[in-house]
Amino acid sequence: MKMKNNTNKTVVIGMSGGVDSSVAAYLLKEQGYNVIGVTMQIWQDEDNCSLEDNGGCCGLSAVEDARKVANNLDIPYYVMNFKKEFKENVMDYFVKDYLEGRTPNPCIACNRYVKWESLLQRSLQIGADYIATGHYAQVAKLDNGRYTLKKSATDKKDQTYALYNLTQYQLEHTIMPVGMYTKDEIRDIAAKIDLQVANKPDSQEICFIPDNDYAKFIEENTDAKITEGNFVDIEGRVIGKHKGIIHYTVGQRKGLNLSLGKPGFVVKVDPVKNEVVIGDNEDVFSKQLVANNLNFMSIEKLDSPMKVTAKIRYSHKGATCIIEMQDENTIRVIFDEAQRAITPGQAVVFYDGEYVIGGGTII
Amino acid sequence: MENKIYLDHAATTPTKPAVVEAMLPYFTESFGNASSVYELSNNNRKAIANAREIVAKAINAKDDEIYFTSGGTEADNWAIKGIAEAYRAKGKHIITSQIEHHAVLHTCEYLEKHGYEVTYLPVDEFGRIRIEDLQNAIKDTTTLITIMFANNEIGTVQNIKEIGDLARANKIIFHTDAVQAFMQEDIDVVDMNIDALSISAHKIYGPKGVGAMYLRKGVKIGAFMHGGAQERHRRAGTENVPGIVGLGKAIEIASSDMNEKNARQRRLRDRLIDELLEKIPYARLNGHRTERLSNNANISFRFIEGEALLILLDMNGVCGSSGSACTSGSLDPSHVLLAIGLPHEIAHGSLRLTVGDSTTDEDIDKVLEVVPGVVERLRQMSPLYEDFLKNGSKE
Repeated sequence: MKMKNNTNKTVVIGMSGGVDSSVAAYLLKEQGYNVIGVTMQIWQDEDNCSLEDNGGCCGLSAVEDARKVANNLDIPYYVMNFKKEFKENVMDYFVKDYLEGRTPNPCIACNRYVKWESLLQRSLQIGADYIATGHYAQVAKLDNGRYTLKKSATDKKDQTYALYNLTQYQLEHTIMPVGMYTKDEIRDIAAKIDLQVANKPDSQEICFIPDNDYAKFIEENTDAKITEGNFVDIEGRVIGKHKGIIHYTVGQRKGLNLSLGKPGFVVKVDPVKNEVVIGDNEDVFSKQLVANNLNFMSIEKLDSPMKVTAKIRYSHKGATCIIEMQDENTIRVIFDEAQRAITPGQAVVFYDGEYVIGGGTII
Repeated sequence: MENKIYLDHAATTPTKPAVVEAMLPYFTESFGNASSVYELSNNNRKAIANAREIVAKAINAKDDEIYFTSGGTEADNWAIKGIAEAYRAKGKHIITSQIEHHAVLHTCEYLEKHGYEVTYLPVDEFGRIRIEDLQNAIKDTTTLITIMFANNEIGTVQNIKEIGDLARANKIIFHTDAVQAFMQEDIDVVDMNIDALSISAHKIYGPKGVGAMYLRKGVKIGAFMHGGAQERHRRAGTENVPGIVGLGKAIEIASSDMNEKNARQRRLRDRLIDELLEKIPYARLNGHRTERLSNNANISFRFIEGEALLILLDMNGVCGSSGSACTSGSLDPSHVLLAIGLPHEIAHGSLRLTVGDSTTDEDIDKVLEVVPGVVERLRQMSPLYEDFLKNGSKE
């Protein structure tokens, strides 16, 4: 598997101390690259980090673990500080989106702006040709000369959804060594090379909110006052009081504290009226959506309507639909069958089979 | 260390072979617990007493005013917390500066959380506190002033005597963190009216894990470590005899040629400063041109980012630093550089090079060859530099 032509190429591998990026570093070394390990320090709760061993991807324990792996692989290792970039592009965006009634996806913002903008920039500065990560996705160059992402070998682990926003330049300078393997194969490699991390749990949902209390995090990170408001039904009749819109997301059923005599679901969050609209389960289904903040990978732009498969959240299986440009900056997506809980703020990502066509943010 | 040029002596220094040699017998032959009755331990008691005398002499203190600790950080913690607590009946106000080492700053922040009031004095563009600011900050409730002797990042040396005199005139205890200044600056605790002072062995070619606190006789302080009767009941724990001996030996060696060493370091430092500023445009010296430690050069290069600079220097065999080392090895903008008025971007692109005993002119030659190239490379890839060239200089 050693490739001689890689020997003059330098790769910075982003290491979290977890199994995927550790094996990725090992694979790159095997492939003959000159590998430099880097852990990105992106947030750290000064008070809690020393007290809690939360096993997250960014704390001090991640640095210690990654450094150990780098030592074992005998590759140079550095910690780079991206706290400012992370705060501005991820945490602030996260708070702002919730305050405006959307449900953000911070991982997508982190990938685009922190990992693939700041880390790539700094890696190129220190002499690297590429950056690499332990993501379950594959970079592919198409016959039309464009770069795109191909789904990972195991669909279940596939992470292309969170990477739809990468630019051509970023993809051109990216290697994702684990994408062609299944998670089990990666764990096997980790065990074979005696990496101590093989049994670490996967990183949690939102790394900078280890206790998962989004509302508390938002309240602590904004000057805006979170005020109570009305629950209303589809016709706009007031049916109860909510705790503040940041507590709700489209499709949500639990934690509403309403006694309607039937299950109620969040249909819409209205930041202007400070209202949360409640309806029946079927009210949460919709056949179409509009998205902005578009990024195309396999094609330069969408010239005519196209039949594709779209994913509307990370865990969504994907559904067939027609996409067409609504105007220069927005795209309309019309599904064959109504989809549940199309949520503003989340990404919609389009696929042609295994390959990413592009995506955008649901509005 | 082969082919590596080590210019981070403010972070730590290699232990001198003569120091190691002096320490060795105290690991094996002379291992007795200094608190024991028998003759076997006598040698250790003597060794500790001897080291205590050496430390005391180095700062013009008395033997019984020296307490051995696990290092500078413990000395800072003990002095500040201990004095604040011992005098809390008088008041709970402490004065310090914005550019202290974290051992002092975080200790003060800890006390703030426990009901104390802390004033963080600003500094001028060179990193010196203004004596009027100190004068104005003093209140009836002020019990402690803690200002560092010399700064670890930018090397600026304070006018310690002036501060000490003012503190004494106001009957306020004055502590100084002298970890960086010790064995580079003349320290006289009597003349300078210093009531408490912290030092560390590993900054002066001694071992890590040992330091000392000086506390003027008559100043009240509680025990920091509770347990046995060591250090006159004030710092419990079996003495780190090899470490204490090593500290003594390191001081002995350093004080034998302090002036020549300073002169030599100053010359190398000035070569670094003068020639880097000459070779590299849009660079500035941080700290004072003359009132600075003999080993410290700290320069900001505009449009670049310190982390990439340090990594590239490392790849070229040069060990430097940017800001102060943090636990993870990753860099936050330095609170010291921000305090002397540098904007965030410039504070990020700073390089601290600190020379030492082993530094040669050839090392400086090599650094002067490597740094300009690295800075240029980073600037060529910097969007900030691109913008700057496009829009022209606004200065």
